[in-house]
Amino acid sequence: MEVYLDNSATTKVSESVRDCMMKIMYEDYGNPSSMHLMGVRAENYIKEAARIIAETLKVEPKEIIFTSGGTEANNLALIGAAMANKRRGKHIISTRIEHPSVHQPLVFLEENGFEISFLPVDTTGKIIKEELYKQVTEDTLLVSMMYVNNEIGVVQDVEEIVAELKERKKDILIHVDAVQAFGKYRIYPKRMGIDLLTFSGHKIHGPKGSGALYVNRNVRISPIMFGGGHQRGLRSGTENVPAIAGLGQAVLELYTNFDDKISKMYELKQYFLREVSSLPGVTINGLPKECTDQFEMEQIKKTAPHIMSVSFDGVRSEVLLHALEDRGVYVSAGSACSSHHPQPSVTLIAIGLPKNLMDSTLRFSMSDLTTLEDIQYTIAQLKELLPMLRRYTRK
Amino acid sequence: MFKAFLIKYAEIGLKGKNRFVFENALRDRIQEALNPLGEFLVSKEQGRLFIECPKNYDYEETVEALGRVFGISSICPVVVLDSSQWEDLTQGVGDYVEKMYPDRHFTFKVESKRADKNYPRTTPEICADMGAYLLKRFPEMKVDVHNPEVRITVEVRTKSYVYSIVIPGPGGMPVGTNGKAMLLLSGGIDSPVAGYMIAKRGVSMVATYFHAPPYTSERAKLKVVELAEKIAKYTGKMKLFVVNFTDIQLYIYDQCPHEELTIIMRRYMMKIAEKLAEEEGCLGLVTGESIGQVASQTMHSLAATNEVCNLPVYRPLIAFDKKDIVEIAEKIDTFETSIQPFEDCCTIFVAKHPVTKPNIKTIQKSERKLEEKIDKMVEAALNTVETIVVG
Repeated sequence: MEVYLDNSATTKVSESVRDCMMKIMYEDYGNPSSMHLMGVRAENYIKEAARIIAETLKVEPKEIIFTSGGTEANNLALIGAAMANKRRGKHIISTRIEHPSVHQPLVFLEENGFEISFLPVDTTGKIIKEELYKQVTEDTLLVSMMYVNNEIGVVQDVEEIVAELKERKKDILIHVDAVQAFGKYRIYPKRMGIDLLTFSGHKIHGPKGSGALYVNRNVRISPIMFGGGHQRGLRSGTENVPAIAGLGQAVLELYTNFDDKISKMYELKQYFLREVSSLPGVTINGLPKECTDQFEMEQIKKTAPHIMSVSFDGVRSEVLLHALEDRGVYVSAGSACSSHHPQPSVTLIAIGLPKNLMDSTLRFSMSDLTTLEDIQYTIAQLKELLPMLRRYTRK
Repeated sequence: MFKAFLIKYAEIGLKGKNRFVFENALRDRIQEALNPLGEFLVSKEQGRLFIECPKNYDYEETVEALGRVFGISSICPVVVLDSSQWEDLTQGVGDYVEKMYPDRHFTFKVESKRADKNYPRTTPEICADMGAYLLKRFPEMKVDVHNPEVRITVEVRTKSYVYSIVIPGPGGMPVGTNGKAMLLLSGGIDSPVAGYMIAKRGVSMVATYFHAPPYTSERAKLKVVELAEKIAKYTGKMKLFVVNFTDIQLYIYDQCPHEELTIIMRRYMMKIAEKLAEEEGCLGLVTGESIGQVASQTMHSLAATNEVCNLPVYRPLIAFDKKDIVEIAEKIDTFETSIQPFEDCCTIFVAKHPVTKPNIKTIQKSERKLEEKIDKMVEAALNTVETIVVG
């Protein structure tokens, strides 16, 4: 049996996405900038994808810039907004649990004259709101936060935080990295006051190498890629038409039976958490403080529907990962770590996970294709493997 | 401008009656190294090898490939003159100099050899007259017979050969002229270097890697395959045996004192490698051990590991410092691969305080606790060996 529980790393492309991309690669392969009919046809795919995405976000198609994925979109949002608006302020606020594609551009900006505040989070991974609000000064240009954390699935109260921030400083820019949230929540940037929103295609059954940035039309950003002036000069380079159309197709499918898909994932999550927490030496990360060992749906729904972060005391995550792999279950290690080169995960450190659990944490991440059988099989394997692996440790 | 290479060898020139064995092996190794690059023709010729290159061959790529063939002492890109008539010879050598050195403000010396003893000029005459010709044609050049900046060599045979570039080869002896050995390849920095060094003495290589899933990952295994491929650039095609060691390791863990785990494990690795070596007709084992590098490589530990082997164990790095090993690893391009951070089966259960002075008697006593199942487990490991051919 094969159980793929690494959907936060990437997902399987859906059949209709594949078909649509194949057709473009073999038949409608024109360059959207070409003047002839082949070019027009290619351009129409891009327009259609932008229209679909704009509709789901309730924004205008011209506010969507297609990129090579989440990393590029985050880079463009942060560096682009900072460069274009540096006269308005040089202070940027973010958190300690961001994805490297947010963290590293901010480090780059810091080296180039910006002042960055990386805020701590509480033990469940939530932004400490009062701390955040206190940081806002006259000089604050931009606040960047992730909607759903990729490692533990904690969800920030984006709407509430953004409203409060804008209350305090009207022209503050808001960037939200929604790579893990897109397709799991209905996100309406305009209503929520988000100026820049990042999302990616391959986390939602779209192709790798696809993604986009929503940029509010009143917000100025500078390009970070220069060339032929494609996409209104903000992202030069021939558009990756198959990927863009694939992304559009994936988005189109996202919202069919949306509520059913999400509640099914929550049910599986609840089932998984109840089962896994009944095993000895198990800690669940990223749940609200109020959540008891009954894993009330009300509490679970405060977290992302698809991500479960679990620490297994006394078992090295890499070993458990490979042992599960041997049984056909694919998951991620919460922190990639070996005895020679520890690379502890930023989020696990930020939530203050004890050192002994740091290297014992796995992430299980579902998609709408995950079944109860998948979860039951996984639990059964864990039940067998954990006692076996705990017998053999470094002494 | 070069359509051919002269290849010189050093040590095999010293061999007596079996010299042809070495020459043939070197010719074959060169041919094998060049086959993927095009239709090169390699032939033996009085004390050296001659390579004719195909049209449009890539000079850099060819020199690089030759630089990995053990047994070559130097590589000389050469211009061949069809006629050895004196006028043709001087013209040819002059043209060579003109083309090769656009700026001719240098000191030079002409050296010559002749195979045809009836050639109208003696060797010293060839040198002197050729020097005079070149001085006349290129007045900016100066002769310096003691310390010339450029040595122009002219070899007169039926055809004549002109060269002035001598690229040092890797030395050593052609692989396949000195038996076969089994390399214990771990994935670390040392063992690939050890394999390289023994292969350089003309020894054919096979390798064994101990894999311990799920404690070591598929990527750790791929890393070892990549290292084997890098060694195979020098040795040619090589077999890599992958032994699943997990059960044996866990059994030792269960039965024996933890601080002796590594030593006992290594003794079983040696035993298994030796079995595979015997099946392959190897005459020795090769390891990357170096005295005192880690607890399992103290003099005491080495003695304890060595005790289980009947075949000789070659440890070419035994007295090397780490930095010297790293230097070779960088030269042979294995270093970057070796330092990828994957666990290998020697480190996964390593004790905080392993024994550094194991007593052989004590170790043997501990091993008696394995008697019940260990032979079956070793047999199972040998029966499930995966063979990968690299190169």
